[in-house]
Amino acid sequence: MSKDVRITEWEEKELAKSISRFPERKDTFKNHGNEEIPRISFPENIDDSYVEDLGFPGRYPFTRGVQPTMYRGRLWTMRQYAGFSTAVETNNRFRYLLDQGTTGLSIAFDLPTQIGYDSDDSMSAGEVGKVGVAIDSLADMEVLFEGIPLDKISTSMTINAPAAVLLAMYIALGEKQGVSADKLKGTIQNDVLKEYVARGTYIFPPKPSLRIITDIFQYCSQNMPSFNTISISGYHIREAGSTAVEEIAFTLANACTYVQSAIDAGLEIDTFAKRLAFFFNASSNILEEVAKFRAARRLWARIMKDKFGAKNPASQMMRFHTQTAGNTLTAQQVDNNIVRVTIQALSAVLGGTQSLHTNSKDEALGLPTEDSVRTALRTQQIIAHESGAADTIDPLAGSYYIEALTDKIEKQAVELMEEVEKEGGVVAAIEKGFIQRQIESSAYEYQTEIESKERIIVGVNQFKVDEELKPPVLKIDPAVEDNQVKGLKKLRENRNNEKVAETLAALKDAADGDGNLMPPILAAVREYATLGEICNVLRGIFGEYRYRG
Amino acid sequence: MTDKKIKNRVLVAKPGLDGHDRGAKIIARALRDNEFEVIYTGIRQSPEEIVATAIQEDVAVIGLSSLSGAHLRLFPAVVEELKKEGAQDIRVLGGGIIPEDDIEVLLNAGIEAVFTPGAPLSDIIDAFSKACDDFYGRS
Repeated sequence: MSKDVRITEWEEKELAKSISRFPERKDTFKNHGNEEIPRISFPENIDDSYVEDLGFPGRYPFTRGVQPTMYRGRLWTMRQYAGFSTAVETNNRFRYLLDQGTTGLSIAFDLPTQIGYDSDDSMSAGEVGKVGVAIDSLADMEVLFEGIPLDKISTSMTINAPAAVLLAMYIALGEKQGVSADKLKGTIQNDVLKEYVARGTYIFPPKPSLRIITDIFQYCSQNMPSFNTISISGYHIREAGSTAVEEIAFTLANACTYVQSAIDAGLEIDTFAKRLAFFFNASSNILEEVAKFRAARRLWARIMKDKFGAKNPASQMMRFHTQTAGNTLTAQQVDNNIVRVTIQALSAVLGGTQSLHTNSKDEALGLPTEDSVRTALRTQQIIAHESGAADTIDPLAGSYYIEALTDKIEKQAVELMEEVEKEGGVVAAIEKGFIQRQIESSAYEYQTEIESKERIIVGVNQFKVDEELKPPVLKIDPAVEDNQVKGLKKLRENRNNEKVAETLAALKDAADGDGNLMPPILAAVREYATLGEICNVLRGIFGEYRYRG
Repeated sequence: MTDKKIKNRVLVAKPGLDGHDRGAKIIARALRDNEFEVIYTGIRQSPEEIVATAIQEDVAVIGLSSLSGAHLRLFPAVVEELKKEGAQDIRVLGGGIIPEDDIEVLLNAGIEAVFTPGAPLSDIIDAFSKACDDFYGRS
């Protein structure tokens, strides 16, 4: 049978172009029996509905993946989220991870940093350096990236409400290293809407938060073409207890809100949309997760094209990071968690993720040790190099179950997004508690299923053993907080405080007006104004969000 | 049987900056389903705010939840604040991601019981019931 003309057309266009720029990893991919593994498999008959719903990788609606060669061209980025204690300690862990073969950095900040408090703020007591690294000023960033050239790596920063400040610090750090902003690669999470419903590190009310986010979109579209300006996250919504459908629906509803507010601010869709990135959760129901990733990709492409009129294919394609589901890790029989993480990571790869973090087995007990972090990374490397899952594109396509589930998840997500619209949109739905209640109900239902043993969690409500010595976990020395506070005090004595005051005053004026906030924030961080000082200026103008649930 | 008519009144609280409140909300709801009167503080509460709410709401037990590793600082701070306010008869329970070594430290600091991931809801509810019985002087 001759090849369908539409396949040939895709091969000659997208595929040929991609291969000429980035050759595949191997000349031929073969199994142990020396038989060639096909790049991609198609149904015998390519009809219109196939083209409309599944199509070709690297082409609208991107159901089968965002790149024409997917992992045959380049493996996903193995990006392990890390950060704890001080910048010195985290710098060591970063260098260790790079030595072990991670291909991108991902910074975990401590909670004071994430909520815009300096380490010496009374609100920070007990939290400094705990869930991530403490960053008070550019001086800490300089230590964090000691010996790591910014033009050689990409860096993801899990930072939301103060994202503009950390981005400015990263730019200023690049300047010091001689790397200009347009060369910087990475991602800021910058997704405040989900903080109101799931993760809790909000500072300002929704309206000024959306303004800051839009300012970042605008600034980066002009100055940082390779930087992802936002990572719109379903991960934490799922961790908070949502279903797979709710994860997709609420994330895409948030995404639409960001896009609309950028358009309302006068930005042209195709100037900023290609730098929007996403972040999803990979939970244990492997087939549902694969369908979820495929449905999300297709739905986003359709929304961008039909609702927002995006013309550039790069604006329509959903690129996403995935992390395995922390909430599924058990404190009981912790070795079992390695198996859970493997299943979850495989679902992300079969679903076409662009980058992946695999959790460590001991994270239900505390911070992961270096050994368990290595096993987590090895899990990805085994999937990449031994499982064969990376050798052929979208291998589960055409499964009756997967395709039916992909359709169903997309349909249910659309319906739920319509409900959010009926509530008056995302911001109104958050303020009324609509989204929070949905997530809470799903979380409660899941827990009651575990209690009643309708849902079996191995080692928790069945197949239990008399434990079992708990393995060691990483401890943060309480002295970290004191040392960080001392360092901050020294910084305040040694910097040019007049310049700091000047730049903070200029920031206040900008916040009061409607100019872009990035330039004045950048000017302030260059003078070593602290994160807390900058956020306090903005708190003074924008106020703080309080949920009255 | 008459003392059973006093309804168990408890506070579920999130000390510190941690925003992970899935567990706290599930426990609040499970307690309500088991005939407790439950007040949930919401996130980002200081030990002082938690104790002030506990006294004002006249609760028998405070259940603290933290997943950010700040428990060694924040849980004992609640116990201390209760003493300072002369409300040390209010019982304190704790839960979250708490390494095994830390559990004994917390128990010695006056936290009555500590629950970690995977603890059955029924055990947690029992602990709240028992702490309420102690507080209300029921045997």
